[in-house]
Amino acid sequence: MRVKLTVQKFNPDVDPKPYKKDYFVEASRGMTLLTALLKIKAEIDGTLTFRASCRAAICGSCLMQVNGSQKLACKLPLKEELEHHGKIEVGPMANMPVIKDMVVQMAPFWEKIKAVDPFLMTKNGVEVPTEALKDLHEKLHNADGCIMCGACVSACTSFEVSRGFLGPAALAKAYRFQADPRDQAHVPRLEALQGPDGIWDCVRCNFCVQVCPKDVRPMEQIVRLRRLSIGAGFSESVEARHITEFTKVVGDEGRLNETLLPILMTWGNLKKMLRIIPLGIKMFLHGKTPFPFKRVPGRDEVRAIFKRWEKTK
Amino acid sequence: MKYALFPGCASKGATPELYTSTMKVVGRLGLDIVELEAFNCCGAGVISEADPDLAYTLNARTLATAEKMGINNVMTICGTCQGILGGANKNLQEDDALRDRINRALKDATGLEYHGTVEVKHLQWILVKDFGLDELSKFITHPLNVSIAPFYGCYILRPSRATGFDDWENPTSLEKLIRAVGAYPVEYDGRTKCCGFPVLLEKDQIALSMVAKNVGEAKEKGSDAMVTPCPLCHMSLDIYQDRAEDRLQQTRPDETLGVPILHLPQLLGLAMGFSPKELGMKRHLVSTAPLIEKIQ
Ligand code: SF4
Ligand code: SF4
Ligand code: SF4
Ligand code: SF4
Ligand code: FES
Repeated sequence: MRVKLTVQKFNPDVDPKPYKKDYFVEASRGMTLLTALLKIKAEIDGTLTFRASCRAAICGSCLMQVNGSQKLACKLPLKEELEHHGKIEVGPMANMPVIKDMVVQMAPFWEKIKAVDPFLMTKNGVEVPTEALKDLHEKLHNADGCIMCGACVSACTSFEVSRGFLGPAALAKAYRFQADPRDQAHVPRLEALQGPDGIWDCVRCNFCVQVCPKDVRPMEQIVRLRRLSIGAGFSESVEARHITEFTKVVGDEGRLNETLLPILMTWGNLKKMLRIIPLGIKMFLHGKTPFPFKRVPGRDEVRAIFKRWEKTK
Repeated sequence: MKYALFPGCASKGATPELYTSTMKVVGRLGLDIVELEAFNCCGAGVISEADPDLAYTLNARTLATAEKMGINNVMTICGTCQGILGGANKNLQEDDALRDRINRALKDATGLEYHGTVEVKHLQWILVKDFGLDELSKFITHPLNVSIAPFYGCYILRPSRATGFDDWENPTSLEKLIRAVGAYPVEYDGRTKCCGFPVLLEKDQIALSMVAKNVGEAKEKGSDAMVTPCPLCHMSLDIYQDRAEDRLQQTRPDETLGVPILHLPQLLGLAMGFSPKELGMKRHLVSTAPLIEKIQ
């Protein structure tokens, strides 16, 4: 079957801007996108530039955008993609500067991985005994499965608007060491992650979970880091209070009350409070502020559920 | 088919116009609906950050209540509720150990137990699949003839492992409904992105950039309005739109936003001949007047 691949080409040395080019390949059964690209490079256009190495979804280097989402070229059957989308459009990862065609600048990605101290930190180099490693695999929640392909960062909606954000890959990596019983720097590492570009920048959009080819589920690891942070005493920030106060309101009332929550979250933080007051007034005028103390049916059952878990924990 | 309506906190709180417009529309369509009056919050992904088991138990309570009423379809009208309640349901159905653990707590606290027989479906999906677009078209008396940008938001699409109705890479249900009401769906990247709602209060620079980006893009493509199946997306895109505009104008002083944000039932309601007043369109912060003028 003859398949058309529309590829985004860009050589910043000669091209004023990226442009699209069509290539046609004879696709054999089970041919992957990477094989097709290699064929194009060998037979049609030697200038076509992309990264690849292992051809087995292990090295993470062939990540690119295909029909708008992040995929490993070596893992992607051409025909399946064509059947799904009716076309094959290939381009470089999003959210990263393009060097040439599908090759992007990965240095900022690596800088962020480095920034979370992605290694075991032990006191005087002493490791805890091997028994502590029992169930380690489960404890890591597959956070050690990352192949550093960059798909998650490329799809991250928070990173898209805030390039300082440490991002899903680095944070999943941070969790990998927070979950390791041998690591003895848990509190300092968590403290470093409280900063303006740390764990609280994630909007929980689930893109990283969706695109990760290794099911690392970075967002879930970020959520775990948040839980660990609150547990370790980093609980007074507005961000941490969003979680604890939200939970408390639902525990008391059975439902969320959008009038009460902002007040509770920002209580004691005058600057933040002043920022939300004009908005509160505007919402009130549009009938958008529910009365904060309304008894809702089913409240007692909800309270009983909260009590039940409090008792066991 | 009988549905247990899970209204969600937002439709009973800060976006009451979602609740009233839903009731108008489902009433006219004749959907067989019983409201879960004693529902509790789904947790919005926030309670599970504090305690996942607690969040599961709260959602199991909702599901078990519907089950006890003999109804095995729960209808949501909030994209976030759909993602959270629907996702919890999937896990409770598939993971026996989890269901047992949660059921023990649920039984202790409320006497209820969840057996895993319930499906959770957003109104958007019910209309496209259970009710059907052909049937729906019979109720469209006032085709809208305007351009509408679909805004799916996150949780109704991702993670697809838990939601799975639409194709997360290229969803179509909202576009189908836009066409069904005689309007034209606008194509733009932002439709599956995030509205920023979860960090509005604590990281407003991120949230506002998202609002500015998504609304700006929809406007640039000629949208007369945006429509969303999620009241939280509605809040962020509507209530914060003027602040997002201020932010946008820091770099591009001539650009304005001012795109009305409709709840899905409001869009349907307009095309079914309900008045803007009946649909609560005055409650929006971004004026819906120019849109209404255009369709009348
Ligand atoms: S869930 Fe968080 S980390 Fe993952 S892509 Fe979305 S914003 Fe980024
Ligand atoms: S977490 Fe997944 S998507 Fe992100 S870099 Fe690692 S393997 Fe790639
Ligand atoms: S997600 Fe929001 S609207 Fe849905 S039940 Fe939870 S708090 Fe309520
Ligand atoms: S788009 Fe907004 S409201 Fe919708 S799920 Fe994402 S963050 Fe939540
Ligand atoms: S070539 Fe190594 S992951 Fe694709």
